[in-house]
Amino acid sequence: MASKKKPDPRRDSQSLRVAGDPALDRELLHSMLLQRRFEEKVGEAYALGKVGGFCHLYIGQEAVSTGIIAQLRPDDYVIGTYRDHGQALVRGITPRAVMAELFGRIDGCSRGKGGSMHMFDRHTNFLGGHGIVGSHVPVAAGVGFAIKYRGGDQVCVCFMGDSVVNIGAFHEALNMAALWKLPVLFVIENNRYGMGTSVERAAAVDDLSRRADGYKGMDGVVIDGMDVHAVRTATEAAIARARTESLPSLLEVRTYRFRGHSMSDAVSGTYRPKEELDEYQTMDPIFSLRDAMVIAGTLTVAEWDAMEHEVAATVQDAWDFADASPEPPPAALYEDVLVDTTS
Amino acid sequence: MPIITYREALNQALREEMSRDDRVFIMGEEVGVYNGAYKVSKGLLEEFGENRVVDSPIAELGFSGIGVGAAMAGLRPVIEFMTWNFALLAIDQVVNSAAKMLYMSGGQFNVPIVFRGPNGAALQLGAQHSQAFESWLAHIPGIKVVSPGTPYDAKGLLKSAIRDDNPVVFLEGEMLYNTKGEVPEAEYLIPLGKADVKREGSDCSIITSGKMALVAVQVADQLAKEDIHVDVVDLLTIRPMDVEAIYASVRKTQRAVVLEEGWELCGIGAQVVDFIQRECFDDLDAPVLRVHQADVPMPYAKGLEKIAKPDAAKTIAAIKQVMYRA
Ligand SMILES: Cc1ncc(C[n+]2csc(CCOP(=O)(O)OP(=O)(O)O)c2C)c(N)n1
Ligand SMILES: [Mg+2]
Repeated sequence: MASKKKPDPRRDSQSLRVAGDPALDRELLHSMLLQRRFEEKVGEAYALGKVGGFCHLYIGQEAVSTGIIAQLRPDDYVIGTYRDHGQALVRGITPRAVMAELFGRIDGCSRGKGGSMHMFDRHTNFLGGHGIVGSHVPVAAGVGFAIKYRGGDQVCVCFMGDSVVNIGAFHEALNMAALWKLPVLFVIENNRYGMGTSVERAAAVDDLSRRADGYKGMDGVVIDGMDVHAVRTATEAAIARARTESLPSLLEVRTYRFRGHSMSDAVSGTYRPKEELDEYQTMDPIFSLRDAMVIAGTLTVAEWDAMEHEVAATVQDAWDFADASPEPPPAALYEDVLVDTTS
Repeated sequence: MPIITYREALNQALREEMSRDDRVFIMGEEVGVYNGAYKVSKGLLEEFGENRVVDSPIAELGFSGIGVGAAMAGLRPVIEFMTWNFALLAIDQVVNSAAKMLYMSGGQFNVPIVFRGPNGAALQLGAQHSQAFESWLAHIPGIKVVSPGTPYDAKGLLKSAIRDDNPVVFLEGEMLYNTKGEVPEAEYLIPLGKADVKREGSDCSIITSGKMALVAVQVADQLAKEDIHVDVVDLLTIRPMDVEAIYASVRKTQRAVVLEEGWELCGIGAQVVDFIQRECFDDLDAPVLRVHQADVPMPYAKGLEKIAKPDAAKTIAAIKQVMYRA
């Protein structure tokens, strides 16, 4: 039998869930709340048939995107998986453009050609949501290669699911990233399942971060992904290592998804007990920060209500915008297959 | 005009493009210290240094993906596969990453990359090392597929491929590296997507590309002695295919043979025949025939390998058949 040890954000947390700098906390809270309410709305839109295809919600994991992306510079790069709405929003793609992409409209960040799994944005160096498990990990290493080639001090952050540590592309990429000292943060969002397969049933290793041990000079770090401050602190060090020493890191961020794998999967499903979900929901990254702030006296209930209202209005505006945006015209079908090199 | 090998022609193209644009780098197995498995990158490490001539571990999927990422971030990688047989491990990056990026990003991220290396059979290398992948790759929208047969074409097309803003699959031939041909000293480019008529004739067309273009030329020269004049259309680029060149030739000759190195089913020839039947149906005086590899994995034994491969004799037989001269 595989080890019974389960990643547990409570046990593994190094930082207490206390509030920090009030202004920063408010920002972090807002960033996470926007993702949450946005995606709840996406769930509604999906039920109404306004969003189609495969759609993977990020609900429960918001502290990971907020904790990491909010620390990056505008010229850094972000790349991730099909579970990409949250990262896209935190990176600064507007809720309107993300929602319009989900609706398959011309004003979407990928002009309606990508959909839920393929958010892209050149202006924010958001290099996409990618749909093939593991495929984007070497691509991230390539971005790191380009940074180093030019002698820049940017970093590339690569988000991936826990199942990625078992696929070849991951190992090939980590080996070369370590070998060539590429400034990349490989971030495993360990939400404990790849679809319905638990980490214990897929990975012959207890701590996924230990995959880093196979690669010289690569730090492997375990982070409590339900605590946005813990994510921030741990990532800060990794970003600094990448920026100043051009060294890669492997961050295992322990988190949990509160929804099914995709829209067709029941919330708890056959593969995880409801009690487990309930238990993780008590560690909700948004509400635990909110409560800590209220206890610390840096957030009033009225302020929270105001934030909820403002976010709800933003999300509704995104919906209205997306709904009003036209579908791509038929002529768009043949556009963007190749760059036109005839002129 | 200087006469150089196909290998030297490719080497010149790489050297010229690396000198011209410092975003161009080459990565692959043995490209640097070893000077290239087939010596195509000979001397480049010395000239350009290890930042731009990068020896990779044996990790086709990984270094192809690194190429894609580097291209997305503004560089112009040339990824060398020791052979295309090994590129199957990297096909995900060619098909799912490079070919899709521009489209699924709504036109925001192009991938200016060249994937190159020898394709097709050499001599007695057995089943896993003797495969021609043109039709696999040409099937995919979002990439260009180039297959030059001569040193002149190889140089001009590789330079264009490196300058192209799109992913380009560049299929060389292990048996071609030592072949020689005239290559001008002055710089030139050959546009992608344009066929070249290598021999003119009015009796029958051969539509072909890559290594088979040499066979077609040989066939044309031989048949000329029998007063059969063959029009040889060397496609050079398989995707996008220069269909106008095919139509023009078939309208002139009214007979055609499609010659390719790969297998029959769903091969390049199947597509060419389809183009011809749709656009030149009334021009045809005979069914179009195809010459290709036997529908088997490549055998090792010399005699078996010979009969498995398409060659001049098979092509001549096909031409005589479409001319009802058999
Ligand atoms: C190579 C590949 N195999 C299978 C799939 C189908 N698939 C999509 S997501 C997924 C599970 C991935 O789980 P994980 O990496 O943990 O990410 P999470 O969905 O939990 O965010 C699978 C099997 C795929 N997209 N790519
Ligand atoms: Mg998972």
